[in-house]
Amino acid sequence: MSRTLGPFAAVLRRDLLLAWRGRADVLVTLAFFVVVVCLFPFGVGAETNQLRSIAPGVLWVAALLATLLSLHRLFAQDHADGTLEQLLLSPEPTVLWVVAKVVAHWIATGLPLVLVAPALALLFDVEQGALGVLVLSLALGTPILALLGAVGAALTLGLRGGGMLLALLVLPLFVPVLIFGAGAVDSHLSGTGADAHILLLGGGLLGALALAPVACAAALRIAVE
Amino acid sequence: MMKEMKRPERGKSLFRFAAPQLFYPLAGALAPWFAAAAAALTIIGLWLAFFVAPTDAQQGEVYRVIFIHVPAAWMSMFVYLIMAFWSAVGLVMNTRLSFMMARALAPTGAMFCVVALVTGALWGKPTWGAYWVWDARLTSQLLLLFLYFGFMALTEAIEDPRRADKAGAIIALVGAVNVPIIYFSVKWWNTLHQGASVSLTKAPSMAATMLAGMLVMALASWAYTIAVTLWRVRPLILERERHAEWVAAELDALEGKV
Repeated sequence: MSRTLGPFAAVLRRDLLLAWRGRADVLVTLAFFVVVVCLFPFGVGAETNQLRSIAPGVLWVAALLATLLSLHRLFAQDHADGTLEQLLLSPEPTVLWVVAKVVAHWIATGLPLVLVAPALALLFDVEQGALGVLVLSLALGTPILALLGAVGAALTLGLRGGGMLLALLVLPLFVPVLIFGAGAVDSHLSGTGADAHILLLGGGLLGALALAPVACAAALRIAVE
Repeated sequence: MMKEMKRPERGKSLFRFAAPQLFYPLAGALAPWFAAAAAALTIIGLWLAFFVAPTDAQQGEVYRVIFIHVPAAWMSMFVYLIMAFWSAVGLVMNTRLSFMMARALAPTGAMFCVVALVTGALWGKPTWGAYWVWDARLTSQLLLLFLYFGFMALTEAIEDPRRADKAGAIIALVGAVNVPIIYFSVKWWNTLHQGASVSLTKAPSMAATMLAGMLVMALASWAYTIAVTLWRVRPLILERERHAEWVAAELDALEGKV
């Protein structure tokens, strides 16, 4: 294996293995997503037309909240047992293993949401042609949430009341993702085509992938200083 | 072998005021002047706004809220930019005073955000028929307020001042990168707000006295912001530098006065 990808693969493999060993924790995120989505019909009424029109927004907001709730786990355990300090002291580039941790975190918590979302969309009577767009928008959007959230998680590492603070810090930053994600499904349903939204989400993902790990690495150094 | 560093000559460069010890008395000396300027400009601006500027042909007297609303909205955005600027300077140059300036600015920026939102709501009710609409500029102003809240909550939650400073600086910069993205995303999402009435490239579409009133009010908010920030940074400096000798001397002098 090449020099740079070695540590990346090692951290990725370790984090995925940890997630697999503690899969009950990971499943809680998925269960939360499902339960929140299923609450909406009780709140707004089960009228089919109304459910159909709010479905993209509901699924997206629920995915966003589920991501938010899982974020604190990204670094907390490693911070508590000292792994994080060892990683920061290691000569490997911080940005590299930060990306590996975020990717592993997304595979464990984000990917299941993406896969379950179409089934939940059927509960809201979303037409089947839009399911592909929904999955694509979530597949591009939830990694952005994980990357932005990682910066917040690093900044609030080990603080009292960290969870609430994390929400306050990252939710305003999540708004553009929510707009383009839910907008993609809406514009597909209204017939204008989802290309523009999907392309913007893709661009956002690349931008976040380039910038967020740098900010996250700096935040981690500050947190353990 | 290390070469002996030559100390830069004191009294030459403006950068010497980056030292908290020198900035503290400077801030104390400048703040009253800016406060006086703010008071004078506010009186002139409000006089122009309420007695000189003509009644708007379409909106009637309601439009006069712009004399407070528009400067407050401008200021809330400028203050965030200045905050991000000081944060960047602090992270790059590792100057303590920059972080203190960023923290001293945040409450004023949040205050102007609230003023802009409240005056906007009061103007919106008679004009649009609703206190709040989910329009691009209103929504991005609201999100800006949340960014200020996030910055203040984070810096207050961290006890170690060095960590608080740097963490706050990072979130301020992340926010600054996101502000344009948030603005444009919200703009595409929904737009009702009337187009900008003041523009640098084309002739303003309002009476000269209206424009004058608004610009005077904008200057007043600048002066107010500077005065309040300088006043707010002084106790921050004392708190952070409390182990320094000059602070002890300063505090003794203060106690002597009381």
